[in-house]
Amino acid sequence: MAVSRVVEERPAPSELLGTEPRRQHVLDLDDFSAAEIEQTLETADAMAEVLGRQIRKVPTLRGRTIVTLFYEPSTRTRASFEQAGKILSADVINLTSSESSSRKGESLVDTARTLEAMGADIIVLRHSMSGAPYLVARHTSISVINAGDGWHAHPTQALLDLHTIKQRFKRIQGLKVVIVGDILHSRVARSNVWGLRTMGADVTLCGPPTLLPTDVLEAFGKAPGGLAIETDLDTALDGADVVMALRIQHERQTAGLLPSVREYIRCYQVNEERMGRAKETALVMHPGPMNDGVEISHGLAHGARSLVESQVTNGVAVRMALLYMLASPGVES
Amino acid sequence: MSASLLIRGGRIVDPANGIDAVGDLLVRDGRVAAVDTSGGLNAPEGTPELDARGLVVAPGFVDLHCHLREPGFEEKETIATGTRAAARGGFTTVCCMPNTHPAIDTRATVEFILGQARAEGAVRVLPVGAVTIERAGRELVDMSELAEAGVVAFSDDGMPVADAHLMRSALALSRVLGLPVMDHCEDQSLARGVMHEGRVATALGLGGNPAAAEDTMVARDIFLAELTGGHVHIAHLSTKGAVDLVRQAKERGLAVTAEVTPHHLTLTDETIAGRKGLDGGRHDGLAAGNAYDSNAKVNPPLRSQDHVDALVAGLRNGVIDAIATDHAPHTVVDKLCEFDLAEFGISGFETALGNVLALVHDGRIGLPALVERLTWGPARIIDVGRTGIGTLGVGAPGDVVLFDLDQEWVVDAESFASKGKNTPLDGRRLKGQVVATVVGGSVAHAARDTVMAHGR
Repeated sequence: MAVSRVVEERPAPSELLGTEPRRQHVLDLDDFSAAEIEQTLETADAMAEVLGRQIRKVPTLRGRTIVTLFYEPSTRTRASFEQAGKILSADVINLTSSESSSRKGESLVDTARTLEAMGADIIVLRHSMSGAPYLVARHTSISVINAGDGWHAHPTQALLDLHTIKQRFKRIQGLKVVIVGDILHSRVARSNVWGLRTMGADVTLCGPPTLLPTDVLEAFGKAPGGLAIETDLDTALDGADVVMALRIQHERQTAGLLPSVREYIRCYQVNEERMGRAKETALVMHPGPMNDGVEISHGLAHGARSLVESQVTNGVAVRMALLYMLASPGVES
Repeated sequence: MSASLLIRGGRIVDPANGIDAVGDLLVRDGRVAAVDTSGGLNAPEGTPELDARGLVVAPGFVDLHCHLREPGFEEKETIATGTRAAARGGFTTVCCMPNTHPAIDTRATVEFILGQARAEGAVRVLPVGAVTIERAGRELVDMSELAEAGVVAFSDDGMPVADAHLMRSALALSRVLGLPVMDHCEDQSLARGVMHEGRVATALGLGGNPAAAEDTMVARDIFLAELTGGHVHIAHLSTKGAVDLVRQAKERGLAVTAEVTPHHLTLTDETIAGRKGLDGGRHDGLAAGNAYDSNAKVNPPLRSQDHVDALVAGLRNGVIDAIATDHAPHTVVDKLCEFDLAEFGISGFETALGNVLALVHDGRIGLPALVERLTWGPARIIDVGRTGIGTLGVGAPGDVVLFDLDQEWVVDAESFASKGKNTPLDGRRLKGQVVATVVGGSVAHAARDTVMAHGR
C-alpha cells in the first residue's frame, strides 16, 4: 500500500482506523468518538512526517479528484486543503462562487450533482449558511468535508486546534479551555465545544451576553468534558490552560449587539494583563483571520504564548489526514 | 351542491348540538334533514347511502387558515388542487389567505377567487381579505366593499400589521362589519431567524426567533382589541406566553380568539435537527440524518416541548378556539436549498386529522373536544351562525366528514392531491384517516369504495 512508506515506525493509518465502518463525510465533530478523533490526530502526525520531507509528495490519492467549493472567501482553509490534496497527489479543482447569499444562479444541489457527474470524489465545502454540507451529503453520493458552514461547524479547524493543543500539552483530557468572543456566530466555537469535550477538556464560553447563544448548556449533549458559560472574562480565565480568542465582526456593532469595538476591547480583549489570571503555562490560540489589537492584543498574538502559527502548520497535516481517511483506496470497508 | 344522502350507522359527533352517539344522518337537497340516534331513519326511495359503521361522522371540518396560492402562485397550488387536498383532509370549508398575487385587496380578486371556487373547487372557499393594500402595511383596503364581496375576515397573513395605529383602525372598522382581523403576530425586528430560538437553533447554528417576538405582538393586539372593541383573531398561536395572554383576555371578556396548527401541536424544533447527533452517535451514513430538513421550516417556527404542551392544554381547555392548518404548499425547488433560503410553510391539509388524532389516542384531549376545535370552534369565528357550517343541526349545510379513528397509514407526500409535497411528516405513521368527505350532500372525496352503498 502506497501510504505505508509514510509511516514506517508508526502503525499504518489503515490500522489506526480500526474496525469502525469507513467514514463517508466530515460534517461536524458531533459524531466523532474520542477514539476516532485520536485516530485522526495520529494520522495527522504521520502526515506531518511527509510535510517534513525534502520532497513533499506521496502517491496516496493519485487519480482521486477533490473539489474545493467555496461560497465564502477564505485564504487559509482553502489553501491548506489544496496543499493537502496536492501533497497526496490528488487532482484538486478549486471553485469559488459569490452567489451563496441569493437564489440566483445554479442551486447548490445542482452544482454538487454536476460535480458528482464529473467524477469528483470529495467536495470540500465552505458556505455562509448553516447546514449547507448536509444538503449536499443528502442529495449526492460524494464525500463531503465541511470547511465551515455559517455559524454551525468548522470541524477541520477544531481538529487542527485539538492537534495543536495535544502537541503542546501532550494531552487534552482535563485541560481548561476558554473560548472568548462572538460565540453566537462562531462555527469554530461550536465544533471546538464538541471536539474538546469529547476529548475530556472542560470548556468555558465567554463573551458579552448578546453574543452567547440561547440554551447553550442544553445544546451540546453529554460529554466527558464540562461546559460553562461566563460573561466576565477575568473570572473565565481563572486557571485556564488554553485561551482561544474569536474574530469579532464589525457588523455586530451595527446589528445592535455591541455598543462599540472600544467597549468590546475594554471588556473582552485577551491581552497580557488578563492572561495573568490564567495558568502560567497557559497558551493562546486564534482561528484567524485576526483583528490584531481588537479581540487579542498584538503582543500576545505574536508572542511566546501564541500558538497561532502552529495552528496554521497543523492545518495542512490534519486536512491530509482527513482526505486520506475519506478517499484512500486502501481503507475501503 | 344540492344532493341527498343517507349516512348510516356511524358514531355521530356533533359538538355544537352536544351529540355523541351512534345513528343515522340524512341530507336532503344539500342540507341536513334529520339526525337520528334512536333506531334508524327512513329516506326517500333511491337516496344514496354511505355505510358509516365503525366510523366517526362529524360536521365537515372548517379551516380558518390556508394558502391556496391562486392567483399568482399556481405552480405551488391552485384552487382546484388545494380544495381537492382539503377534501381529502376532511375539510369542507376553507378560508384562503390573501398573500396571493395580486393580494386579495380588491372586489375583483375576491370575485375571481369565488368564481374559481364555484367552477373548480371541491369544497367551500371563503376568502380572507388583506388588511392593507398589497399587504404592504401602509394603507387600509376598502374594508366594507371587500366584506360585501364576500371576505369573512381580514389579515395581512405572512406579515403582521406592524403599525399599531393601522391595526387600531382596522379593528375599529372591522368591528362595524362584524368580521375579525386575523393577525400574524410576530415582531419582525425581534424575529430575524429561521427557527425557534433555543437549544436546537444553538446546536445547528441557525438564527433563532424567540417566543417573545410572538408574545409581545399578541399582547399589543389584545390591548388594541380592548381599545376598539374589535375582534382580533390570533393566527397560528405557537407560544406558551401567547396562550396565557389569550386566556387572560378571554377572562376579561374581550373579543379575542385564537387558532393553532396541527404541526405546532405535535412537532417540536427537534424535527429540524433530524438525527443529527445532539446526543452523539455517528450519523453520516444516514443521509446525514435528515438534519436541516427544510420541510420543517415554518413560520411561526416549530417550538420546544414546553410550548407544545401549553398549546395542547390551551386547546383542551378552550383557550384556543380552533385548529387551523396554515396549509402552505410550496414547490420542490422552494425547499430544495439551504435552510436559510427555503420558503416557510408546511403542506398540511392531508395530514391534519391523522396528526391531531394523536392527541386523542394519547388521552390528551377527548374526541368531542377535538372535533369541536375543527368544526364549531372555527365556524363561530367567521360565520356566527350565518350559514350553519360546523354543525349537523337540521337545516345546516350537508357538510359531513366520515373518518376512521384507528386506521393506521403512512404519509406519502408524493400521493398528495396538493401540489405541495412539503411536509416533515413524509414517511411517518399516523393513526386516523378520513374515509369520506361530503359537501352539500355530494361526496367530494371517498377513500374506500366499500363505503359507497347503493341506494335502496
